[in-house]
Amino acid sequence: MNKIINDIRETARQLLAEGKVDVVIGYEKGSLPLKATPCFIHSSEGVDSLIWDETCENNLATYVAKTPGKKAIVAKGCDSRALAVLLQENQLVRDDLYIIGVSCHGVIDQRKIGAEVGEILEASISDGKISVKGMEGDKEYLFTEVKDATCQTCRYPNPVMEDLHIGDTIEVSQEAAAFADVEALESKSDSERQEYFKEQMSKCIRCYACRNACPLCYCQECFVDCNSPRWLTGGVNRAENLLFQAGRVMHLAGRCVDCGACSRACPQGVDIRALNRKMTKDVYVMYNHESGISEEGKPALNEYSANDPEQFLVKE
Amino acid sequence: MGEIQVETENKKYEPKIAAFLCNWCSYAGADLAGVGRIQYPATIRTIRVPCSGRINPLYVLKAMANGADGVLVSGCHPGDCHYISGNYVARRKFALIKSLLNHVGLEEDRISFSWVSAAEGGRFAEVVKGVTERVSALGPNNGIFKVVDGGAADE
Repeated sequence: MNKIINDIRETARQLLAEGKVDVVIGYEKGSLPLKATPCFIHSSEGVDSLIWDETCENNLATYVAKTPGKKAIVAKGCDSRALAVLLQENQLVRDDLYIIGVSCHGVIDQRKIGAEVGEILEASISDGKISVKGMEGDKEYLFTEVKDATCQTCRYPNPVMEDLHIGDTIEVSQEAAAFADVEALESKSDSERQEYFKEQMSKCIRCYACRNACPLCYCQECFVDCNSPRWLTGGVNRAENLLFQAGRVMHLAGRCVDCGACSRACPQGVDIRALNRKMTKDVYVMYNHESGISEEGKPALNEYSANDPEQFLVKE
Repeated sequence: MGEIQVETENKKYEPKIAAFLCNWCSYAGADLAGVGRIQYPATIRTIRVPCSGRINPLYVLKAMANGADGVLVSGCHPGDCHYISGNYVARRKFALIKSLLNHVGLEEDRISFSWVSAAEGGRFAEVVKGVTERVSALGPNNGIFKVVDGGAADE
């Protein structure tokens, strides 16, 4: 038995038994292989279902505001950053929150595996190796080969705030944020980028899984559900899809913590992160702002400076 | 005859530009241009907003989706906002939305931002002229917010 899992269970048991929290939000084994599912443990008897491994891909911060009472949450780096943004925006009460921090080595990109072996039937993980039995064949992967794209450039694998840390911390170089993926797209011509996004947007079926998986999409009424004004007509075509995706990205400007939950939740494999990463880069370059790296501070669009760049103005 | 038709068609093309103007500066600037009889192309459709900070980025997106060929957004000069900081917060949004839309392949000149004060009637006319020229050069907006090859919106 993994020591981290043991410690998480022990901590959860204690917190629940002592009545410090009403619910522990963590991960349990999902019904599909390589998929953990969020779980809500209300009594100390249930803690043995808690797990922690490379399949814990959901961002649990999504559920915190919706869960009443005092809660403990198992948080990776990106979960804790999302919590920090939610706290900055007064969506959470810090005293109601107990953060069990876990350093994260990254999560598995199932789509990559599924593309090679078909539907995943069985899988096991041990010592950084993943053996998969699929519909179209079996294969063994090194974890680094199938690490999610988000996790490959992750600069905050350790929680930025926590009440208790479980397991080791991970050393990461804290040099300037790298945006190689965004730059690669930027270096293409306008028409090439237009083609790329047209293709991506034609894949979208507007199921809103990205919105629902996002820890920071918490509007009571999303603009896509709004009847007056009707921002979206209800038709599913790439123009409408772009209106939705671009609108959503604008709402996440200076807030997105780049956890990649939207991309992983997408059933169609739309490159949603391409938009979010571009926004993250712009905010970083223009306003030197990274979202959710501390409890203090404000989201980038809630602040301003007299010297903000304004090259975008017309020349007249 | 065919040639003549082409010519009249070319002449006919006038872009539709949605202009979001702040009540205190740019709208008054447009007014001044009118009072001063300064000529500018009749391509803009003015939408008066209380402050440039009131402009939701979705307005810009929706205007493009609803068939505008271009969007012009104008407010008070930084430091002159009637509400002290409305245009400062707006400036960040504008910079980001412009950059994002260029990234997804919208032409650079479709969306224009400027600061025009209530005293700059002449400059307002210049801005509209400039924007109209650039949008006309691009032609109708058939890019990313329109589906021209069938399967258009169901409304």
